[in-house]
Amino acid sequence: MVAKKSIKFLTILGIVFSSLTTFAKSGETSEKGGQVSTPEQINDYIKHHLADSHDFALFSYTNDAGERKHVGFPLPVILWTSNGLTTFMSSEFHHNDDGHVLVEKNGMKFAKIHSKIYELEAGASAVAFDDAHHATNAARVLDFSITKSVFGMLFAGFLMFLGFRSLAKGYKKGAIPTGVGRVLEPLVLYVRDEIARPNIGEKKYKKFMPYLLTVFFFIWILNLLGLTPLGFNVTGQIAVTVCLALFTLVIYLSNGTKDFWAHTLWMPGVPVILRPILAVIELVGFVLIKPFSLLVRLFANITAGHFVVMSLIALMITLKNQFGAVGSTGISLVLALFISVIEILVAFLQAFIFTMLSSLFIGMAVEEHEHH
Amino acid sequence: MEQLLNDFSPGLFAMQMLILLILLFLLAKFAWKPIIAALNDREEGIQNALDAAEDAKKEMENLQADNQKLLKEARAERETMLKEARDIKNKMIEDAKDEAKAESSKLVAAAQASIEAEKKAAIADLKSQVANLSIAIAEKVVREELSNKDKQVKLVESMLGEATLN
Repeated sequence: MVAKKSIKFLTILGIVFSSLTTFAKSGETSEKGGQVSTPEQINDYIKHHLADSHDFALFSYTNDAGERKHVGFPLPVILWTSNGLTTFMSSEFHHNDDGHVLVEKNGMKFAKIHSKIYELEAGASAVAFDDAHHATNAARVLDFSITKSVFGMLFAGFLMFLGFRSLAKGYKKGAIPTGVGRVLEPLVLYVRDEIARPNIGEKKYKKFMPYLLTVFFFIWILNLLGLTPLGFNVTGQIAVTVCLALFTLVIYLSNGTKDFWAHTLWMPGVPVILRPILAVIELVGFVLIKPFSLLVRLFANITAGHFVVMSLIALMITLKNQFGAVGSTGISLVLALFISVIEILVAFLQAFIFTMLSSLFIGMAVEEHEHH
Repeated sequence: MEQLLNDFSPGLFAMQMLILLILLFLLAKFAWKPIIAALNDREEGIQNALDAAEDAKKEMENLQADNQKLLKEARAERETMLKEARDIKNKMIEDAKDEAKAESSKLVAAAQASIEAEKKAAIADLKSQVANLSIAIAEKVVREELSNKDKQVKLVESMLGEATLN
């Protein structure tokens, strides 16, 4: 068993390292210097980090020969273009992010500008920009790439599946879980007893448990992954939070009871004239405002957290002139450490709040009213 | 807002939806359902065990109460039995005493009666013997007295002298 595990681990390690080295070799171009020193550069760097990325960069450095080296591994790019499906590895962009490196596939040219992939119009040989730095002769394509965020989600999903599968299997051996299950079980119980049961109600909570548990652990793990130096920012991607909020919306709308719709669309006990107005307010509340609050809260909290942590780390550079290298590093270390601790709390809190509010909205929709 | 919309990647959205759906399906089937079922089973098991323990405790208490009752009853019974025995004993002693008294008085009476009878018989016997003896003596005396005339006269005279007419 142990031998099997270690072989598996070594295989994965081997694959990672081999791809790392090939990537390092291929990434020898672009960005001369590459140091980030001015506030503008820091700002750009943070923005770049907050956006999704098409390759998995761990770190980069400038070698003795003055070449910029990137260590990480490329991820597959999958595009739905005017010509159908096109795939290639992200390493073909050579870490270029301003549209200067063009990748030619199936007779189409692609450029990557600010982490977005554009397809150049037929005949164009370079991306033309207007004054606002928008590409004029290229259009965005549908990008189903395994980006860093998608990779992060797959990783989180993999972790969840491993962990909870082992917990589920553990129950076959005995009622008390062992190993990692001992940590996971209280969390499952927490979601059930503190989030689902009080908000949805004893009768109906069971049906929604799989969704709530999945979302809670998914968000929490991704939030925590975002705090690692791997630099994931999955729950800070608006597309991801939109998707999560949409799931909750669909679930509570599709499970709304007759009572729920009656109270939403034709509120009893209220003058008839007011009822249509109330219906509009309620409907907007349930269909737009509630999911919007869910998606913006998660997105904004995580994005802000990343922004603050990175800005505090950047103090090391911006305060160097005033406090010297050691002083600025010390200040940045203390502050970043402090905020990171808070961010660990926020990582849990946002997962909790998302799940909590989801179950609250579901609870509102499935509630059986007393008939007056 | 424009920035936000620009950041929104439909591809990422689609991938996220796909991943979440697959994850939801896989976890629900292979993890959540068995986990929740196992947790429920365990909780029910614990609840049942607690209930059973509570029941056993109650039963034990009932049993103890029964025992106590039985013990009390037994004690009361013993008490009454002892009392009865004591009463019987006392009565027996009393009876025996009475009987003995009656018997003894009877005996005494019988003895007295027999003594009386004996006495009477003895007196009667004595009387007849004395009579016989006096007759015999009288016969001898008379025979002797009457053997000579003087003496006969003397006797009559003495006797007459004795028998003074008063």
